[in-house]
Amino acid sequence: MRMTGAKILLECLREQQVDTIFGYPGGTILNVYDELVNYEGVIRHILTAHEQGACHAADGYARATGKVGVCFATSGPGATNLVTGIATAYLDSSPIVCITCNVAAPYLGKDSFQEVDITGVTMPITKCNYQVHDVTHLADTVREAFAIARSGRPGPVLIDIVKNVTWETAEYTPLPRSEHASAGKLHELMSRWDFKAPEPDSGDIDILCGMIRESRKPMLICGGGVVRSRAHRELTAFAHHIDAPVAVTLMGAGGIRGTDPLTTGMIGMHGSQASNIAVDNCDLLIAVGCRFSDRVALKPDTFAQHAKIVQIDIDRAEINKNVATDHHIVGDAKRVLELLMERLPEQHHDEWKAEVFAHPTETYYDERPGCMTPGQILSAIAALCPQDTIVSTDVGQHQMWAIQHFHFDYPGQLLTSGGFGTMGFSLGAAIGAKVGRPEKCVLHVTGDGGFRMNCNELATEQYYKLPIITVIFNNGVLGMVRQWQNLIYKQHYSQTTLDRGPDFVKLAEAYGLNGFRATEIGQFEEALKYALASDRGTVIDCAIDIDEMVRPMVGGGSHITDFMIY
Amino acid sequence: MNPQRNTLAVLVDNEAGVLSRVVRLFSGKGYNIESLAVGTTDDPAISRITIEVLADDQQINLLSNQLRKLICVHSVKSLRPEHAIRRELVLIKVLADHAEQRNEIIQVANIFRASIIDVSKSSLTLALIGDESKAEAIQNLLAEFGILELVRTGMVALERGQYTIDEQTKEKGEFDYGKNVL
Repeated sequence: MRMTGAKILLECLREQQVDTIFGYPGGTILNVYDELVNYEGVIRHILTAHEQGACHAADGYARATGKVGVCFATSGPGATNLVTGIATAYLDSSPIVCITCNVAAPYLGKDSFQEVDITGVTMPITKCNYQVHDVTHLADTVREAFAIARSGRPGPVLIDIVKNVTWETAEYTPLPRSEHASAGKLHELMSRWDFKAPEPDSGDIDILCGMIRESRKPMLICGGGVVRSRAHRELTAFAHHIDAPVAVTLMGAGGIRGTDPLTTGMIGMHGSQASNIAVDNCDLLIAVGCRFSDRVALKPDTFAQHAKIVQIDIDRAEINKNVATDHHIVGDAKRVLELLMERLPEQHHDEWKAEVFAHPTETYYDERPGCMTPGQILSAIAALCPQDTIVSTDVGQHQMWAIQHFHFDYPGQLLTSGGFGTMGFSLGAAIGAKVGRPEKCVLHVTGDGGFRMNCNELATEQYYKLPIITVIFNNGVLGMVRQWQNLIYKQHYSQTTLDRGPDFVKLAEAYGLNGFRATEIGQFEEALKYALASDRGTVIDCAIDIDEMVRPMVGGGSHITDFMIY
Repeated sequence: MNPQRNTLAVLVDNEAGVLSRVVRLFSGKGYNIESLAVGTTDDPAISRITIEVLADDQQINLLSNQLRKLICVHSVKSLRPEHAIRRELVLIKVLADHAEQRNEIIQVANIFRASIIDVSKSSLTLALIGDESKAEAIQNLLAEFGILELVRTGMVALERGQYTIDEQTKEKGEFDYGKNVL
């Protein structure tokens, strides 16, 4: 069938079972939006307030559902507004496909109105990107982009389509997704590379089995790879099989139940004492889907210094990148853990566990008379919200408090910008999650600084009737930066005091949402109960103390057990 | 480990933008490219890029792994100097005002098996094929006559013996997968 590029694009999205797109129209992408009208009821388009919000929403949708998130933007500023969102998805290996349009071929390279070389801009933050000049290549390119975004270690892919391609016509033959691998350009690519994860090397598995048998103090790290591979059942079963404590990274939250008796809590800069001390004392450290970022392996030279380090990762390029390892297995976490289970007898390490769990796995924050503490707020949330609530966080103190406090039970329950640390990520991500998982309660935890960055998306939340509950930990400062200034920069609070508007309650009301202010816990509980029963979004502005800190804390570049504060 | 000059051979799609994808991996990590040569192979759809950087073995491994993750990259091999032949073409334009000078320069060229490819009343242009030690030696000798201009193609390299860039190894199998999974 002969059709325009715009229609081919939308047909190709249907091949991928895409039913939701986040986006924002503009001059060059008009043909696509014109065609989109004919897909009403088939493809739902969520119009955000800003392209960055669309990109974070696509990312949040992907993280919460495990499917590929899709966003649309126009050329120039539309495209560059996606950049922070793409980098966020890239650093956290989240599969999204961004589709931008560019000026028509005769205008390319002439600094035309709203023209930017977006493939050049996004080269370092995408798995792959394309500029489509020929309408006959469009279908193949879209198929390849989706295959790349979701295969192996997932990540963002960008397709830039020059405007004339969207109006030019070509022959389009529908091709179900199952047959993509055997047709066109993708087939050619598949002949060079296997898109499936490699079968883990049997000899490598045996070597690790031997190491586990010899070990008296084994330890596991559950990283983001476990979450992306949805290998939570395998990891939990394996940990219990070899009776090893499990430290969880920020991205690994949900890879093992937060209440599992073997978990030692978070590891790293704000990791629990149990996790950090155990990693320092273990004799075998098996990191599953963890890239040893500088927030985990703060000082790579002394990280797990008494242990043999084994890295299990789907991405060969992560092996030995940040920490020198003694052994590695390249493969999908799920498959590797299954194979290990088959070949190992059950182990018991009661003495080692007693040593590890002698240290606290969670931080207990003291109550302060006369003011509400983050701990009180989070306890109230945990008591009132369903246990399977999806939590989206921004970046900073509230992020660490929330992750230390909540017990995440399944992959995709926590949406947080771990690698890139993007302030302003959370509201967009919460919108994406609520659109993708409407049956779940979605809680949006943020700080006053991060919320102000992208609170424009409240308009999206209101328009699409998404009852997201926003809890602002409002200390009137950039809390985490102030904490560093307090501990490291001699209390020089340079430019971190946010003593300014807006009034978040009035702001929420202005957007047509419920707004509440809470200065003590009873007020908060009442507001939260109201929010849970309401069918529209709610913003609860919670006043907390300006000098509340995240504990414990290990300074950047320090040995993992050198706590600055406990 | 001390950084040494390392040669990486990379087979890539012969398409627009591929060179910048490859090169930016080096610049993004702070490496200066000491030498770069690009050209098509016996298959016109495939180009071969030869890159030389100062790096230690561990860094070369990481760079190779990351290169292999690019969709446009078919294969990557680190060519060790002891197992590879490396050559570049150097063109040198030398000042030669007098007949004596010209004769002396021609003698030097003969010793180095460089060819004279252009001559004018006041200059000679030499073409020399070799590795950097040979180029450096002739450069030192010609300096006293006055080098007007010098240009190098960048080093190209092939492994000695029957081995090629495509041979299969366990690591390469892993890498091939890694390439798709950035």
